[in-house]
Amino acid sequence: MNTASANETYNYKVVRQFAIMTVVWGIVGMAVGVLIAAQLVWPDLNTQYPWFHFGRLRPLHTNAVIFAFGGSALFATSYYAVQRTTQARLFSDGLAAFTFWGWQLVILLAAITLPLGITSAKEYAELEWPIDILIAVVWVSYAIVFFGTIMKRKMKHIYVANWFFGAFIITVAVLHIGNSLAVPVHFAKSYSIYPGAIDAMIQWWYGHNAVGFFLTAGFLGIMYYFVPKQAERPVYSYRLSIVHFWALISIYIWAGPHHLHYSALPNWAQSAGMVMSLVLLAPSWGGMINGMMTLSGAWHKLRTDPVLRFLVVSLSFYGMSTFEGPMMSIKTVNALSHNTDWTIGHVHSGALGWVAMVSIGALYHLIPRLYGLTAMYSSNLVNIHFWLSTIGTVLYIASMWVNGIMQGLMWRAVNADGTLTYSFVEALNASYPGYMVRALGGFIFLAGMFLMAYNVYKTITQKEAVAIDGVAQTA
Amino acid sequence: MTTFWTIWITVISLGSLFGCTWLLWVTRKSEPFQSETSETMGHEYDGIEEYDNPLPKWWLYMFMATIVFGLVYYLLYPGLGGFKGLFGWTQENQWEAEVQAAEAKYGPLYAELAAQPIEALAQDTRAIRMGQRLFANNCAVCHGSAARGSFGFPDLTDNDWLYGGTPDKIKETLLIGRIAAMPAWEAVIGAEGITQVAHYVRAMSGQQNVDKALADRGSSLYAANCAVCHGGDGKGIQSLGAPNLTDGVWLYGGTQAMVEASLRNGRNGVMPAFKDTLGEERVHLVSAYVYSLSKDN
Repeated sequence: MNTASANETYNYKVVRQFAIMTVVWGIVGMAVGVLIAAQLVWPDLNTQYPWFHFGRLRPLHTNAVIFAFGGSALFATSYYAVQRTTQARLFSDGLAAFTFWGWQLVILLAAITLPLGITSAKEYAELEWPIDILIAVVWVSYAIVFFGTIMKRKMKHIYVANWFFGAFIITVAVLHIGNSLAVPVHFAKSYSIYPGAIDAMIQWWYGHNAVGFFLTAGFLGIMYYFVPKQAERPVYSYRLSIVHFWALISIYIWAGPHHLHYSALPNWAQSAGMVMSLVLLAPSWGGMINGMMTLSGAWHKLRTDPVLRFLVVSLSFYGMSTFEGPMMSIKTVNALSHNTDWTIGHVHSGALGWVAMVSIGALYHLIPRLYGLTAMYSSNLVNIHFWLSTIGTVLYIASMWVNGIMQGLMWRAVNADGTLTYSFVEALNASYPGYMVRALGGFIFLAGMFLMAYNVYKTITQKEAVAIDGVAQTA
Repeated sequence: MTTFWTIWITVISLGSLFGCTWLLWVTRKSEPFQSETSETMGHEYDGIEEYDNPLPKWWLYMFMATIVFGLVYYLLYPGLGGFKGLFGWTQENQWEAEVQAAEAKYGPLYAELAAQPIEALAQDTRAIRMGQRLFANNCAVCHGSAARGSFGFPDLTDNDWLYGGTPDKIKETLLIGRIAAMPAWEAVIGAEGITQVAHYVRAMSGQQNVDKALADRGSSLYAANCAVCHGGDGKGIQSLGAPNLTDGVWLYGGTQAMVEASLRNGRNGVMPAFKDTLGEERVHLVSAYVYSLSKDN
């Protein structure tokens, strides 16, 4: 292999680094999640030390699972898929290595600053301005590596997975830079340049598209490469991918205001958020249909292939949560669901069921191939992991549905004299069983991640495993 | 909103919806809804091929239905810039209508109860229960669901009152709120003075573990600085909100360290005014409930 010139081989090193770190950050991020879920059951776990309080660890959890775990998964899979579907080596090995080390540095800085209470207080964008600048630099480098590789492609067309990765990379750059604009006071404190309701709108334009582009478009890119590869079937419909791609990216960008129903946001903007969120149902389901139907003629493989099971069940959770989302964006439904645990359940049916499970499935396909193998060390452990993930997710979202709807109904219950039937603390008391089940579900999901780490370790330390790098390009 | 922005919003909103419609139109197959194909597009990426299957019929119809819903919604509700929508709905007028409906329904009941004196309502089980529910949702967050208070928040059941416990005084506290102003004394009487006065104050409240010598020296400092509000005998002055220091009830703790902290840094307890948030009629009921608590003990 070393005889082939660098341009005729793929860069697997950076893919391998990101793939391993995906597992590591998955465990870290989900462990913090289990801890804060436990703090809601046993408040005494908020120790006397402020660094471990719920309020500081919650943003650490969200940043770790979205940007450390999810981000590493996206880097690994997009660098792998873009090389293999363009038959071109990454545009620049040096810049690719910079994105790896730069991204790890961002994560490390997040893990230090958030527990210290250094935050810009914008959800999913808590990191302070010096880190924001580092993110922007890493992200632009990522864009250069990705699109540079696309430009080197050996064929005329660009594969659909790369459309989604490309849209995700460009839009996240715009969202991150747009939302993070701030006036620094000192190196660890800044204030947003946007005032009042405008700041809220910009924040949720960013926040909902972190979901729409980071956690949806990017992961649909993963789906479009790894589902047909693992199923060894052609993608169901090329034209469906065109329609749902363009509809998804043009409509998603509108959906943010549904986070601000019945607020200081002008009525017209709230309506736009609701209408566009409803129209988003079909474009979202387009991806689910295309993934699911790719299996037609190969359904029997689900019986024997737990990796494919991960991918297909992730699509079911994706379909479910993208149905739930438009429903929750309707103002009358939102009036019940807003500020309840239903929202947390909704985001986790996407985060655990879709994002984590499609990433895990993709990694189980990817990791052996990065070491010159065809399968993981133990398919049985993959299968057990699949069941732990599924059961964990179901327990999590079911308990939050019960809690959320119960809270919404208790908060609005009114006596015959017009007074509220329940005080806030009564609704909180009634939520304890749900919090217990949620913590259990999260723990089960985390346990699966430990199995994965063990399986990955055994896979890459096998005698036959070789960390391959200059892989010759295949047709 | 200016005409320019109305046009801008309308064009991009409808443009997005019509753009999707156009996309569906051009990507439907020329023979509509033909059956599934085994033809691929002819390109291949890393071994992945793509079929050229038509858009699923049910999915296409669902997409169209959501677009039609969106257009109808934009016609009926505010959404296209300055266009108000045919229903004339706003979140503000929805809220006003709901408040009016509630007033019409519950207003007479509260007006009837508000006409009765607090002493009478405090004997009326129904009025107390209403007051208690209002208390649970508005006051319990600080004073506790049993009204027993907590650090910095007075216990309302102990018949020890900072601003007076008559029905009128309780209602006044609720209506206009209270802002306590215990100054910080370290700059005036020094660190040693703080220690001495704390010993003296604890002695006044009947505590035994007091250093007599320190307390004696604290006595003159007390007379010069504290007595003006808390009284020479330490029994407090309710019109100033200055607490009684002799009764063993401590809002901020009665240990030497806690009394010193109160002296050193001062205390600024705040009771919010509820006149605007609850309205006088509901405040009247809460007053009756709070008054009944002190009568129970």
